[in-house]
Amino acid sequence: MVRAPLCSQATEADSLAQSFESAYGRWIVRAISVAVCLLAWQAASRFRVDLGIITFANVPGPTDVLFAAIAFAKSPKVFAHIATSLTRVFAGYAIAVVVGIGLGLAIGKSRRAADLLSPPLELLRPIPAVAWIPLAVLMFPSSELSMIFITFIGAVFPILLNTVHGVENVDPRLIASARSLGGTRQAILWEVILPGAAPSIVTGLAVGMGTSWFCLITAEMISGQFGIGYFTWESYTLQNYADIVLGMVLIGMLGMGSSYLLRRIGAALTPWHTPEELRR
Amino acid sequence: MSRRELSARHKGGRIDAEHVSIRLGSGADAFEAVQDVSFTIEPGEFVCILGPSGCGKSTLLGALAGHIKIAKGSLHVDSENVGGPHPDRGIVFQHHTLFPWKSARDNVAFGPKMRGIRKAERRRLASEMLELVGLSDFAHRYPKQLSGGMQQRVEIARVLVNRPRLLLMDEPFGALDALTRLMMQELLLAIWQRVPTTIVFVTHDIDEALFLADRIIVMSSRPGRILEVIEVPFARPRPTEIMASQEFGKLKAHCLSLLRSTLDGNALQRLSPLGITADARN
Repeated sequence: MVRAPLCSQATEADSLAQSFESAYGRWIVRAISVAVCLLAWQAASRFRVDLGIITFANVPGPTDVLFAAIAFAKSPKVFAHIATSLTRVFAGYAIAVVVGIGLGLAIGKSRRAADLLSPPLELLRPIPAVAWIPLAVLMFPSSELSMIFITFIGAVFPILLNTVHGVENVDPRLIASARSLGGTRQAILWEVILPGAAPSIVTGLAVGMGTSWFCLITAEMISGQFGIGYFTWESYTLQNYADIVLGMVLIGMLGMGSSYLLRRIGAALTPWHTPEELRR
Repeated sequence: MSRRELSARHKGGRIDAEHVSIRLGSGADAFEAVQDVSFTIEPGEFVCILGPSGCGKSTLLGALAGHIKIAKGSLHVDSENVGGPHPDRGIVFQHHTLFPWKSARDNVAFGPKMRGIRKAERRRLASEMLELVGLSDFAHRYPKQLSGGMQQRVEIARVLVNRPRLLLMDEPFGALDALTRLMMQELLLAIWQRVPTTIVFVTHDIDEALFLADRIIVMSSRPGRILEVIEVPFARPRPTEIMASQEFGKLKAHCLSLLRSTLDGNALQRLSPLGITADARN
């Protein structure tokens, strides 16, 4: 993001040069900021800083984490952990996408479907997905399925609500026009309502991706065999403290990566409605 | 061209309205928007419905389009009762209703697509229509990349590609600046010469009505009734200079006094061809 400096008297060329300069300058400031944080972290763990209410005595430093990452990357378990987590997230998420968009279209489009489906969904919605974990373990024959269910629950409500919201906000004049142009109910659903609701659905998909990662990691910490959440918690029980931080970093990276992927897909699907920051 | 000659040239597009009343709203808020309106419009005629804001002229247009049900009377187009919306009765709103996710050409191709015409053919039809409204170079643009006038031209092309018997227009140029509006009025007359159809054009702009119409139906303030039907004598094609003529001035003064007589000083909320509240659900 390049923001022109607040200088009304500068000529256009000047302000352009300044904004380039300030763009570089800002990147340098940002890099310094990160470096300072890393250094402070390194120092705190190296000198085992104890501030009374918080202690860095057992916190691994950045270099420890780096070495742990190298060791982890070489171990055969790395692929299993990451692949397991990704499979679970995408399985639960994919089902949530189908169910969330499907139910959302039905509720947004038809009053009868709204009356039929909304009350039970409204009762279930306030229950955080994480609170489902014990019951999910009881309900499903394998812990694998219960974890997929938890990620599903985490993602389905944001997707559902945003779809309903999107469908309800489709301009009724567009639907009227489509009917005047000979559109059948089915055609209007595909040609008008779905694309009209698409920007809102994409928002729901992005939010849902975040919550499904959050739910998966929690579920894996409680009942997992493999997976990044499991790896992180296992490192704690095995006292591999550097691996805890490594697990956290991996969780962050995976979450960020899938959000990025989703935003890109969303932008590709709604080219008429691309938010500015995705254009570049 | 006389009205009889017009009907000989056009196969369809005759409107018969008999004692039409339309009620809007529900319960205690219900009111009569249109009251006991009867008129006949010949095939190929250009009729403006002129009236003050909120008088029910857009409501009447919505009924012709099939978006609003009438409470009393009968409404026939070519002896067929107006049921629901139909591509034979195309409508253009004050603000464009182009699909934001479709290019100008794909917007125009929507009607043919709904008729099941294959892609290459409907693209050809759409390009032809865009050429007619002078937008060949903008076929690939999204609606929001077009100016207000261009958006309305695409909208008109999208309706006309269906070769409708009626072209219903609800203050289509009301949101445009004065110069663009004048150019759009000339363009509409030129298009109408090439794609003959019955046009019912709702406006509150007296100049616009006099410049465009064969006849003007002047409506009263709410509940909308017909005050007078005015024959507009100017020969076609009409140059914009007629607006400065004495005859034009006389008619304009007459329309103005009619409109003034019906207003009690309280401007009403604008009604839409979709009723008062339009809901996405059905």
